Amino acid sequence: MIAEIFDNSLFAGVVLSVAAYGVGLVVYRRFKFFLFNPLLIAIVMSIALLLLFGVDYSSYEKSTKYLNFLLTPATVCLAIPLYEQYKLLKDNFTAIIVGIASGVVTGLATIFLLALLFGLGHYEYVTLLPKSITTAIGIALSEELSGCISITVVSIVITGLFGNIAGEKMCRVFGIEHPVAKGVAIGTSAHVMGTAKAMEMGEIEGAMSSLSIVVAGCMTVVGAILFSSFI
Amino acid sequence: MKYLLQFCIILAVSLVGELLNRFVPLPIPASVYGMVILFLALATGAIKLSHVRATGRFLIDILPLLFVAPAVGLVDSWATMQEFWLAVVVISLISTIFVIAVSGRITQFIINRKGGRK
Repeated sequence: MIAEIFDNSLFAGVVLSVAAYGVGLVVYRRFKFFLFNPLLIAIVMSIALLLLFGVDYSSYEKSTKYLNFLLTPATVCLAIPLYEQYKLLKDNFTAIIVGIASGVVTGLATIFLLALLFGLGHYEYVTLLPKSITTAIGIALSEELSGCISITVVSIVITGLFGNIAGEKMCRVFGIEHPVAKGVAIGTSAHVMGTAKAMEMGEIEGAMSSLSIVVAGCMTVVGAILFSSFI
Repeated sequence: MKYLLQFCIILAVSLVGELLNRFVPLPIPASVYGMVILFLALATGAIKLSHVRATGRFLIDILPLLFVAPAVGLVDSWATMQEFWLAVVVISLISTIFVIAVSGRITQFIINRKGGRK
């Protein structure tokens, strides 16, 4: 019954996602514990309900496609907080650019070293190189490097989810206190999904995280092409 | 009327981004082109902040929500990864932790050093 509703509805998946996220927000505000992350709660709840009612992922995906449609315009709007923090960006330009570049190189280098450790071949290695950048650039880059696109997407989502859940905590652990530095750290490491969290942390964090998506994305394309020949 | 105009501007910028993505042979997504275009339009005054702000805020507010469905999709792709999944998860997590630590600390170090000199 429920499975049929999902099969023929443009709203079932949307309602499920919005409601599950709403529940996640309420739980998070009540307990303030980082593992009760609203996104994580929404994902776990959605998966559980889909399994419980025997709904295929493909029909769920079909019924959420209009949420997906909003992803591009919503990402475009990240330019708004960035513009509002323009002065801060200009004042800290060197720190921000050097910070993002160091993050991009660190990301590629750790993937290289860990790939050696796991004994991965060239194909698996280049598949993981784009993992810290936003999905659309990551897919194009994975294609360019002849990696496996679907696994690249998995690694991008795992990375983004982790940044969204633990980014704030990690900043605290590593003594990153300046809001500009927090924004750079989260945007460089966990693209748009991390930025969604950075927007909640504060205006400055959100703006710097948005900027980092763009800059880190471009730097990673160049860096990954260089790194791809190492294994 | 206010929201209609704002939504229209944001969608039009997205459209320009989409066209650039299609016709420029670079792996840059429509959303990134759009973000840069909107930023430049705001900076040059071609678009006023009040022309996009309220609707933009709404869209940014619901941004996390848009990642629920793709993340639920992880369950579906689990099978295709076979024995490779452990490497994917471990490498993704460890490398992300290093990126947060290094980029955050370096940015903070340069900002503080500059502040100290003033």
